[in-house]
Order: sequence, then structure tokens, then C-alpha cells
Amino acid sequence: MKKKKINSNTLLLIITIVLFVVMYAAGCIVYADKGFTHLQTFLNVLINNAGLLCVACGMTCIMLTGGIDISVGALIAMDCMFLAVGMERWGMSAPLLCLLVLLIGLVFGLVQGFCVGYLEIQPFIVTMAGMFFARGMTAVISTDQVSISTNQFFVNLANFKLELPFGSYVNSKGVEQIPFIRITVIIALIVLIAIFLMLRYTKFGRSLYAVGGNEISATMMGLDVKKTKLKAYMLSSFICSIGGICYCLNTMSGSVQQATGLEMDAISSAVIGGTLLTGGVGNVIGSFFGVLINGTISTLVKTNGKLLSSWSNIAVAALLCFFIVLQSIFAKIKESKK
Amino acid sequence: MDKVKKITQKRLFLPVFCMFLVMAANIIYDVACGEFAFSFFTISVRNGVLYGRLIDILNRGSEIAILAIGMTLVVSASAGTDISVGSVMSLAASFCCMLLAGYGVSSTTELAVPLIVGVLGGILMGCVCGAFNGTLVAYLNVQPMVATLILFSAARAIGLLLCNNLIVYVRNDSFKFFGGYLGFIPTPIIIAAVCVVVMALLLKKTALGLYVQSVGINKKASRIAGLNSSKIIFVCYLVCGLMAGIAGIVASSRISSADSNNIGLNYEMDAILAVALGGNSLGGGKFSLAGSIIGAYTIQAITTTLYALGVSTDVAPVFKAIIVIIIVTIQAPPFKAYMKRRAARKALAKGGAAA
Repeated sequence: MKKKKINSNTLLLIITIVLFVVMYAAGCIVYADKGFTHLQTFLNVLINNAGLLCVACGMTCIMLTGGIDISVGALIAMDCMFLAVGMERWGMSAPLLCLLVLLIGLVFGLVQGFCVGYLEIQPFIVTMAGMFFARGMTAVISTDQVSISTNQFFVNLANFKLELPFGSYVNSKGVEQIPFIRITVIIALIVLIAIFLMLRYTKFGRSLYAVGGNEISATMMGLDVKKTKLKAYMLSSFICSIGGICYCLNTMSGSVQQATGLEMDAISSAVIGGTLLTGGVGNVIGSFFGVLINGTISTLVKTNGKLLSSWSNIAVAALLCFFIVLQSIFAKIKESKK
Repeated sequence: MDKVKKITQKRLFLPVFCMFLVMAANIIYDVACGEFAFSFFTISVRNGVLYGRLIDILNRGSEIAILAIGMTLVVSASAGTDISVGSVMSLAASFCCMLLAGYGVSSTTELAVPLIVGVLGGILMGCVCGAFNGTLVAYLNVQPMVATLILFSAARAIGLLLCNNLIVYVRNDSFKFFGGYLGFIPTPIIIAAVCVVVMALLLKKTALGLYVQSVGINKKASRIAGLNSSKIIFVCYLVCGLMAGIAGIVASSRISSADSNNIGLNYEMDAILAVALGGNSLGGGKFSLAGSIIGAYTIQAITTTLYALGVSTDVAPVFKAIIVIIIVTIQAPPFKAYMKRRAARKALAKGGAAA
């Protein structure tokens, strides 16, 4: 039997997964008395980061084509504000607003994708303008913090709990605690699986890899590079809007300063998960673990209670540094083998 | 017609044109308000210092101009952007104020160490950050954006740790100097001018400017031609960090405190915008320092004008975004090609009609 060779990209993914498991196990040992071992702690990481998970999936697709999208945080702020103001001030129905938000995402992505694909402007500049625009539009809609409380449908949706049949425990007061997940987690996981299947089995998914790997050879193969890029940005903004709805279900409010820096969390999750910014290499499963690592670090810092919250930023940045150096070392080894 | 074409094809046409547009908008606004048409340009002396909208723009735009110098070099040499400059500004300011006030002190009127130690410490911190970015980009071949992403998220957090999660106030007149006045001229203008002149001389009088461009155009070819490409890229990032440090000191001296969360917020975007507006390609290669500087002040002029027109701080980004998109679209190669084809078709139609 021939042994299957592990290439460096799979190795990076394995390192990410191992790191997550080690980090979580360490948390379980150190903070066992603070309830870190309960299943609910892990589920809370998922619940708190459902929006980020959606965004990271979209970001991975963009990064596969060799681009970048830094407008996502501002787009989420705009979505949340639109939802909040729509429900509280204009009295519109929640499902209609959600559909409108998704439509806004598509149009937003269409404009950005056109600028990147057909006008050949650098993705960073285009999405930076998109970021300014979305953040400014949020302020145009409303400059005060609006919280959602009157729309019964949306409130019910946010309070929905799916209780799991296993992993329950009895807390110190003698009450049985049943672990649960929220609807946002279900949405995020569906998005994750859909993107995973799309990247692996559809023509569009494979052409994303081809465009990111080498644009010229992709053109020679007969792929429409411009159209693929346009579609990728539309997809990213669309998924980002789904993430925006998840984010809004978590926070139940809209404000101008919401989700600042989320784009950097999404990018760092993707990079930690083994996606290369040069394009062509990456996987949403890696990004999923990247998001989990991000969430675990902040949960660890919060559970400790004494550390300043800035430590979680520093820890994520240090990890990012570690993975970047690792990637560059792998790239050098590959080059020397040629 | 040919003359117009010659002017529009000049490198500095775009930034200067934008500057004129902003000024025209100001003049129209003043006339509409029934004020003196050129009140935008009037400079008067009040309380012994220069006063006027133009001075205000020059003063407030100093930080962006200083950052734009470093950013121009980074963009030119490595075809990437340094998105950490805003955070590095904040870190430099925090470190400087921590040195001056002593660790854990939130407000002081007495300096714990001589002023020069604090300021040099802050600038040195900027250099260290620049060196870190430079090492990653130049020697480990990491993409500039990812490499600087590390400090983008970490520098502000480190600054908060240094200040013990407090806003450190240094209420000392000697520290206020850098954001205040030297005689009757605002000091930031002088600091920015000195930085620009020194860098311009360094780039023009030595071969450094040429080296940077050649590395930016083709890294491999420059190395074969005998240039140490990695070292030149490293130096560019070091200069960028140094400039961020200086800008950080100026920004913190203005408010005589180190507010880690707010100093230099979104300045990296303004600095990148200044470079793009200055007619420099973000793909690296040839650069024009003068263009970037004009670009920086144009951005500040736009911001100041928007505020003068009564646009709120939160809404201003919408206009900025529209301006950015228009500018980059004009510069985009496919758009230029389209316009050329259109002009050719028009000329053809004209010729056909004449015949």
C-alpha cells in the first residue's frame, strides 16, 4: 500500500486543529472550577461568533481569488442599523427587512465586484471605499444607538433555543442545565457546509481556486476571470449580510460603531486557518477553526477575569504572526525542493 | 487641444486638480453665504498666532502628510500598503506619555523623565514597529498587508497595556510644544515641513530614491543588478515606522494625552488615500513624493470643507468614499482604454462627416 503524502497545506490545517484542541484542553484544565469543561462554554463560543463565522466563510472565498474585502465590518454595521431602524421606527416586518438586507448585500457586492473585476482597481482600495461608504450610510440612517425590542417575531427568533439531548448537568443550585444553541449557530453552520460543498464540487468553486492560483493560466483555460471575481465579491457581500442578520440577532441593536475591526478578525481567522492571501490555497474548514481559536482566546481572557481585554488582541496577533512565519517557511522549503 | 492633453497627462495633474476643485467649492460656498469670496484664503494674526482656514488645514493635515511620506516609500518599494501606521502612532504616543508620566500614573503636571527621553522613546518605538514589519516583509516574504495586520491589531492593545488601560494626561507646557505654536506658526506645520524636506533631499541627492523605484519595478532584476532588494524594502518600512512615531508624538501632544483607543484611528486609510490621490500607482514602482504630500493636504482640505459645510463626522466617510471611487476609476487602465476608443470613434465620425 502506498502511503499518501501529506502536503504542507494539509499540515497547516492539522497544526491549526491541534492548536485549537490543545488550547481548549488547557483551558479545561486551568479553569475547570469556572465551568470551562461544560459543553455550554463551547456552544457559547459558537453562539458569540456565529456572525464572524459567516463573514470568515465569505472572506475565504475572496481570499482564494487573491483579493481582500475590508468592507465587511462596516457592511454588518449598516445591516444591523437598517434592521433596527426598520423595525423600531418604520414598523416594517422582520422577514421583509431580512430579504432587503440580503438584497443590499448583493448590490453592494455587485458594485465592488465590478470595480475589482472589470475596472481592475486594487481590491484593497475598492473595499476601503466600500467600508467608508457603508460606515457613513449607517450614520445617515441614524446616529443614535437603536435597540430592537418591539418586533415580536425578531425577538422570538433571537430567544429561540434549540436544546441538545445530551451533555446536560446539574449546577450548584441543583437545577438541571440543558445545553442549547441559538438559531444563529444553525444558520452559520448551514452557510459553512454550503460553502464547503460549493468550493469542492461546483464549477464556480473550482474556478475560484483557478483564478487565485494563476490568473493568466485561468484565462487560457477559458475561464472568465472578470466574471468569476464579480461573482466572488457578490457572494462575499451576500454571506456577509447573512452574517449581519446573525450579528443583529446576537446584539439586538444597531449603532454606528458596531462591528469595528470585524474585517480584521475575519482575515486573521482565515489566515490562521491556512488560507493564503496570495490566493489559490485555502479551505473554509480551516477558517472555521480559525474562528474557534479566535473565540476561545477571548473566552479564556474573559474567564480569567483579571486580564485586560487587550490581551486577547495581543494573543490573536501573536498567533497570526506564528502562522505567517510558518507559512513563509513552508513556502521556502517548497521553493528549494524545486 | 494638444496643450490641454499635455497638461492632463502630467503626473501631478490629478492631485493639483483635486486641490483646485476643493478650493473652488469653498469659494462658491463663501459667496453663497454672502461672505467675502476669498475668506478661505485669508490669513490673519489673532492672539499672536496665525489664524485662518488655510492654516487650519495645513496644521491638521500635518500628521497625514508625515505618514504619507513613509507610506509612499512602502507602496513604491513593496507594492503593498502598511495598514499598521495608525496603531503604531497610538503605541508611540502611549509609550512616550508612559515614560513622561511614569507607569500607572494617569495624570501628571511634572515630567518623570526629561522631555527628550520621552519623545525619543516614542519615536524609537515607532522604529521598532517599522523594523518588525520590515523583517516580515523583506526577509520572510510575507505579503505586506498580512504582515502589518499583526501590528494593526496588536499595537493599540500593547499601548493600552503600557498605559495600564488608562488615558494618560501629561499636562506640561513643554510637552504641549509639539502640537502647539513656535512663535506664531503652529509647530506641526514646521515638523511636517522638516520631515518632507529631509526626505526629499535624501531621495533626490542620494541614490536611495532611484533604488527604491527600481526595487519596486522589479525586485529580482534589481537584485541581479547588484542591489540588496531586501535591505531596501526593510529600510522603507523602517522609515514608515519612524514617520508613524513622529506623527504619534504630534497627535498626542495636540491633546496632551495618550488616548490609545482614538489616536490615529483610521489614519492608515487617509495615508493610503493620500498616496493614491497623489497619482502614485499602488502597484509599486515610480513614485512622486510631492504628489503624496499634495494628496495628504487635499484630503484634509476635503475633510475641513465637509465640516465647514455642516456635514457630521459620522456622515463624512460617504463623501470620502465617493471621491475615492471617482479618482481610482479615472486612473484605472480599462477606463482609460475605453475613453481612448470613444475619442477615436468620435474623431472617425467627424472625419467621415467632413468628407
